[in-house]
Amino acid sequence: MDYVKAFLIGGLICALVQILMDRTKMMPGRIMVMLVCGGAVLGFLNIYDPLVEFAGGGASVPLLGFGNTLWKGMKEAIKTDGFLGIFMGGFTASAVGISAALIFGYIASLIFEPKMKK
Amino acid sequence: MSSMTRGTQSIYFGEPPFILSSGSVVGKKEGEGPLGTQFDMIDETNMFGEETWEAAESTMQKQACLLAIGKAGLKPQDIRYLYGGDLLRQGIATSMGVEALQIPMFGLFGACSTSGEALALSAMSAAAGYGDRILAVTSSHFGSAEKEFRFPLGYANQRPLSAQWTVTGSGAFVVGIERSHIRVSGVTIGKIVDYGLKDSQNMGACMAPAACDTIMRNFEDFGRTGEEYDYIITGDLGYIGSDILHDLVKKKGNDIADKHLDCGKLMFDQQSQDTHAGGSGCGCAATTLAAHILPKVASGEWQRILFVPTGALMSTVSYNEGESVPGIAHGVVIEHC
Amino acid sequence: MAQTLEEKQKQEKAYQQYVKEKTPQHNVFANMCKAFLVGGIICTIGQAITNYCSSRGLDDTQSGAWTAMILVLISALLTGFNLYPSIAKWGGAGALVPITGFANSVASPAIEYKKEGQVFGIGCKIFTIAGPVILYGIVTSWVLGLIYYLLMKVGVQL
Repeated sequence: MDYVKAFLIGGLICALVQILMDRTKMMPGRIMVMLVCGGAVLGFLNIYDPLVEFAGGGASVPLLGFGNTLWKGMKEAIKTDGFLGIFMGGFTASAVGISAALIFGYIASLIFEPKMKK
Repeated sequence: MSSMTRGTQSIYFGEPPFILSSGSVVGKKEGEGPLGTQFDMIDETNMFGEETWEAAESTMQKQACLLAIGKAGLKPQDIRYLYGGDLLRQGIATSMGVEALQIPMFGLFGACSTSGEALALSAMSAAAGYGDRILAVTSSHFGSAEKEFRFPLGYANQRPLSAQWTVTGSGAFVVGIERSHIRVSGVTIGKIVDYGLKDSQNMGACMAPAACDTIMRNFEDFGRTGEEYDYIITGDLGYIGSDILHDLVKKKGNDIADKHLDCGKLMFDQQSQDTHAGGSGCGCAATTLAAHILPKVASGEWQRILFVPTGALMSTVSYNEGESVPGIAHGVVIEHC
Repeated sequence: MAQTLEEKQKQEKAYQQYVKEKTPQHNVFANMCKAFLVGGIICTIGQAITNYCSSRGLDDTQSGAWTAMILVLISALLTGFNLYPSIAKWGGAGALVPITGFANSVASPAIEYKKEGQVFGIGCKIFTIAGPVILYGIVTSWVLGLIYYLLMKVGVQL
């Protein structure tokens, strides 16, 4: 059942973003920024966590979920470290995602060659 | 000697200058397209024996030059001057490519109109007696252009229907005073035309106004209508840009729809090769001219054509800073003789 | 034939409108369905990974972290094998929105710019596309964090 929910909610979020891509001239970079920032804001407003509860991967895998993760880390860090936490929480929470992207991206550069588009 | 100028932007040449020979070198996708068998050389790897897109483009230019020079029965040292350019920053593909030929050169930038610009300058130089044999060359490469202007090739994005496919190709032409069956009878040098569009994913629309401006100017300067040309051939307006051009020209009281061809439309099969609005890039017009158009003029099948490659004059910086994408188009009148 | 600034602006606006009408668009509904399918599948794969982690006794945070890491790895591999671009060509937002899109935007410049060297190629340009995501993600969470902290100080609990 949770697979169905993940599929439906994840698919729905992507379908809605597709409208943005086709109807506006927004470039992918801008869309990604919007999703992450949007996720952080929705997390701040306590709207996103319930969605993650419900849809699991359907909410956490999209970049909105990444933004939500950033916010949750921020909240935790402020509780533990006060003001300094504001400077710690973001990167701490996103550490795995960003590190993985950098490390696996770098390893990919060691193994693969650039190829022409088909 | 009577003045060679015509109207406000054009020049009329007697005989010479002539186009003595041409060379066309393309990559895999172009070789698989409708014009595939007509190109002189196809490299399925798109790399021409090199390690980077940029070096591949340079080698491609060198090959095109050597082919054109060889077909005219000449050697590089027989060429007086070279006019060449490409899309990359600092025109690096051209500099690296023609270095080995050791021909005194002028580096040009006209974006995708460079083939028109190079041919015009070559014709002007030969007609004025500045050199007996002048080489015009230009190129583009899908890899180097995508990397510089859009995204790394491995980046996964969805292209809009208005996007065009940068041609991997180089065309070179030897222009000179010896008789051949192709002469350049005139040129119309374009000026920059800007209708304020900022969409770099819809180049055809950005350049169509410039094409219209130069074509109309050519008609007026030479006292012609479309009737005096077998075909009017633009470089890479693509499907959308071509439609827009027809409308713009109609508004000026002319109709060239039946006589108009576009190299971007000729280069690829839109359906099977998934190239959306058509081919683009300096190499698109140059290779189509060399491989497809000039043979028809040489044989007499086409008596007189107007070759009008267009360029979109933007940089990655100007685009990011919110500037519009203006266009420019140069017209070259090519006749059978 | 010089134009006044006003005439030029009018012409530009009219041309932009005309171009909009002349330019064909993708079939939005068809693209939405494809995005729905591809995005849904990627999220389901993520769910499967999370479920497996939970079944091995990991807590929610750890499962989430493993899921992110594995999805990023898969995306980097698909990027290297030149397969992810084909997925995005068909699936559009379905490939852009999940974290796999973010990973592709880091792996693809790394692969492309290696020709320009380790430091000035990969090093400088690996964040060409993803840089804004990290910058504005951190900045946004920082601003929200500041607001949260100040509200907390004033006694308002969120």
